[in-house]
Amino acid sequence: MASYQTENTPADPRHSSRLGLRQRFYVVEVLVGLALTAQHFFANMWRHTLRVVFRSKTARGAVTIQYPDERRPYATRLRSLHRLVRREDGSPRCVACMMCETVCPAHCIYIVATEHPNPEIEKVPERFDIDLGKCVFCGFCVEACPEDAIRMDTGILEFSAYDRASMVYTKDVLLALEPARADGAPASPVPIAPSRRPV
Amino acid sequence: MSDVALDLLLQAIPVGFVMFVVLNFGGLLTWVERKQSAIMQDRIGANRAAISILGFRIRLLGLLHPLADAVKMLTKEDFTPARADVLMFKLAPFVSVFFGLAAFASIPFGDTLRIMGREIQLQAVTLNVGILYVLAMISLGVYGLMMAGWSSANNYALLGGQRAAALMISAEVAIGASIMGVVMVYGSLNMQDIARGQGQPLLPQLFGSWIPAWGIITQPAAFVLFLTAGIASTKRIPFDTPEGESEIIGYFVEYSGMKFGMFAMADFLETVVIAGMTTALFLGGWQVPYLQPSGFVFPWGASVALPHLAVAALQIVSFLTKVVVMIWFLMLIRWTLPRFRYDQAMRLGWLALFPLSVLNILVTALVLLAVGKA
Repeated sequence: MASYQTENTPADPRHSSRLGLRQRFYVVEVLVGLALTAQHFFANMWRHTLRVVFRSKTARGAVTIQYPDERRPYATRLRSLHRLVRREDGSPRCVACMMCETVCPAHCIYIVATEHPNPEIEKVPERFDIDLGKCVFCGFCVEACPEDAIRMDTGILEFSAYDRASMVYTKDVLLALEPARADGAPASPVPIAPSRRPV
Repeated sequence: MSDVALDLLLQAIPVGFVMFVVLNFGGLLTWVERKQSAIMQDRIGANRAAISILGFRIRLLGLLHPLADAVKMLTKEDFTPARADVLMFKLAPFVSVFFGLAAFASIPFGDTLRIMGREIQLQAVTLNVGILYVLAMISLGVYGLMMAGWSSANNYALLGGQRAAALMISAEVAIGASIMGVVMVYGSLNMQDIARGQGQPLLPQLFGSWIPAWGIITQPAAFVLFLTAGIASTKRIPFDTPEGESEIIGYFVEYSGMKFGMFAMADFLETVVIAGMTTALFLGGWQVPYLQPSGFVFPWGASVALPHLAVAALQIVSFLTKVVVMIWFLMLIRWTLPRFRYDQAMRLGWLALFPLSVLNILVTALVLLAVGKA
């Protein structure tokens, strides 16, 4: 019988590719394999039946998470899509100090400052754009902010668009977002670029 | 209605039944394949195809996916390579599917049905050489693959077609040789006779009427050999060398749309045929244990009388159940075993299955001589 061992095979028998008699006979090993897969089949069918027919709370018959219908729980510290924190009156807490824009290693933040009507507050951003196509999700902007005005806790990870311009998230979009729920699921609807909206 | 017309109508019933069952099984197997493999692998499987009725999205456990597949394949471009032999290229998938469908014709799914003063054989075609007919149809199926491989003007397709022919020959020899043991035990090439023979008690002088003489009990070695060779003849994993999706794509590499779908369909039809053959030859066919034409007669003396139609219905249900179980088992094998290399498949066919089948014939002959049946 031809040996399957090559010159380079290590001497350790656990690494040997030489097959024993039982492996070469094949049928026994086939039956072992079939028993394993059949066991999975029947166990999973049993769980599916219990859950679907009897509404039982037994373990699920599949490990599948049917995204986007269901999401796996995200860590609370996960850095997701940014949001701009609002004041009581709904205006941005941001004072357009440019700290985030300065610290951003990807240069994805663009701020245009303007006067705030309230003289107590120094400035307010007229524009606050984040280019998600450039963002590296380092979270430096959150750490740099002296006003706690930008956070990355929306739980939203779905950014996609058909063109680069649509990857830019503007102030109005970022202001409308809410923090994620306790399980990490987004509380606000995912912003969809106009070019991506279904016709 | 004239007698002739009634005769024709009654004869059409088993034919229609066989066509209905085989075609539907073949179509449903795409769903079974997806779902069973998913459940074996702790997944959910295809379940997203849906139709909306009054705002409700109806998914039916993914049962709509075969329909979606059909729509997709029918609307795809039907491509023919520039240098292909057009007639052969277009004929090949039909040849493949036709012989897959025709093979089931002589497999009996019930005993003789007496209705309206007539006797109907519950098989589409009553043949004295039914086994040879099925073998011939399975063998002819490979012509479709060879035609496809040759006419595609593609070397990979040609390789696939050549491999299909080689695999089919090595499998056919083993199938024929392993079935011979069954033919010797039941003394007939007529599949209906073999199914009837499996209702007889096994060695009544030893076991009384406790054990029915099913083929799997009288010919266990032939069962394993036939099943292995049968899986090889369906050209599905582990014997998918003609397709070889991971290396040469195979005989259908140039096909698209529904023609490609027909090759896939032919594989499923052959799976149904092999399941039906295994049932008819080794699992007692339409036999229900202890069910006689008059009703249940249990070996411990009790008996339950049943009307003729109930007995016939039980037999048909029994046959279909066994076929479904066999299909499940074939799917289990397909989703468990890794594929054979081409040389491994050849070696298994010629150096293991064939000699063992011949050995099985010899042993069977000796045992039959010793028992005194021959």
